[in-house]
Amino acid sequence: MTLVNAIVQGIFLGAFYAVLACGLSIMFGVMRIINLAHGDVAVLGAYLAFVVVERTGASAFVAFGVALPVMLLLGYLLQVTVLERSLKAGILTPLLATFGLSIVIQNLLLIAFSPDVRSLGGSAGAFTTASWHVTGELSISALGVLVLVVAVVVFGALQLFLSYTRAGWAMRATAEDPDAAELVGIDSRSVYARATAIAVAIASLGGLFLGIRSVFDPASGPTQLIFAFEAVVIGGMGSLWGTLLGGIALGLAQTLGAQLHPQFSVLAGHLLFLAVLIARFGGGRMTLRVAR
Amino acid sequence: MTLLTVDELDCRYGLLQAVRGVSFDIAQGEIVALIGANGAGKTTLLRAIAGAHRPHSGRVTFDGADVTRLPAHRRVSLGIALVPEGRRLFPSLTVEENLRVAAVGKRRGRWNVQAVLDAFPLLQARRKMPAANLSGGEQQAVAIGRALMSNPRLLLLDEVSLGLAPVVVDAVYRSLANVISEGATVLLVEQDLTRALRVAGRVICMLEGRVVLEGAAQSLDRNRVIDAYFGLRRPAVGGAPA
Repeated sequence: MTLVNAIVQGIFLGAFYAVLACGLSIMFGVMRIINLAHGDVAVLGAYLAFVVVERTGASAFVAFGVALPVMLLLGYLLQVTVLERSLKAGILTPLLATFGLSIVIQNLLLIAFSPDVRSLGGSAGAFTTASWHVTGELSISALGVLVLVVAVVVFGALQLFLSYTRAGWAMRATAEDPDAAELVGIDSRSVYARATAIAVAIASLGGLFLGIRSVFDPASGPTQLIFAFEAVVIGGMGSLWGTLLGGIALGLAQTLGAQLHPQFSVLAGHLLFLAVLIARFGGGRMTLRVAR
Repeated sequence: MTLLTVDELDCRYGLLQAVRGVSFDIAQGEIVALIGANGAGKTTLLRAIAGAHRPHSGRVTFDGADVTRLPAHRRVSLGIALVPEGRRLFPSLTVEENLRVAAVGKRRGRWNVQAVLDAFPLLQARRKMPAANLSGGEQQAVAIGRALMSNPRLLLLDEVSLGLAPVVVDAVYRSLANVISEGATVLLVEQDLTRALRVAGRVICMLEGRVVLEGAAQSLDRNRVIDAYFGLRRPAVGGAPA
């Protein structure tokens, strides 16, 4: 029964990683940008919600609703001011630009909020600690279920957007062939800016869950980035549903690894990541494609 | 009425000069064939007119407005559409999605998904199929249809017969004849000289980035065109071409 519990908790943890990874996957799939500031963007979203909670006393979920449009706008501006320029200068420049951005965000957060750890758990209501005890050894937390449901809804909504809307087709077309997309009248700049806005918004959703599940501080971003990156790679780079499955695989590896020994938790996730990396890309050429 | 003016256009890839001081006009309703050997600069010229290649110098004027600095997607909404070399469909999108994604809102006209499917009946059954799964001829039909979806006033066709079986090329050109008969203005690149001379009212022949021969298709002697095409009787030019 402890094994069943580990699997259930692994799926919940994995859904959280999938939400964190979703935006990373979008940006890589559409623009071939690996956003090294993705974890910091998620933490920035958590701080934004935290500020709203502090000022108004609102619930963390309401605060996130306030933070969301701000993050969408930030994502849009990030693309048109920084990333678009860096994209013109080859594949290395966006990597360096987002690396720099990561440092800037961390230090601005440090100045604004001090290195103290914060949490959104207290302001998310009794809900965050509620759980159903199925048996003595298996309990299902309400928060875990919420994260899983939200993850499926987010990925499902993205799939619907990409499959059934003209803006979604334009995004896939631009991802597959930006030059040809321009030639049929698609403004690739605006498609990229929309993609980044969506990615940043979903990252801040990950930040919200991070803040409710545990604590965060200005330096929390890079760890979140590593888990998100591992989920993307395990699921197949640029593949949307792959990212959800990759996140869940990572979560399972961590909770099952913890069953062997508590110290193996994070290590087991890294080992799965490395195994997938070697199996998929060992000696071969990386093939890139975006989710259909 | 002049629809397109290309004025002293100069296009480069780094040090390579692909188009050198090319100038010509195209009037509304004209069908012009651009011919020349591989590497003559035809594709680059077409891409510069469509906005996919930023010229080094020179001007492109469309319907009286200077569009030289406009990005490609803005030129599409003005009415310039390019069917690129190699078709360049979006492989994971279905035929219908490939067409509908190219429907630029503002321009009205007779072309929509149904009209394209009527013009290229072979696509009817392929409507829900990813473009990657189509045959070469079907892909070419989608590529042309996709360009038509913006209801262009100037249609640029880059080697629509490339890599297709002769019978398929005939079918593509038969469908094109319908489009052309409705008064479209077309600038097409075609390797097949006979076909180019048959379809077009005027022929522009390029050699090593320059226009070496230009004239009404009927007035041109085939041998003269072939000479210009291969540069057989050009005056001696100092220095080797790039």
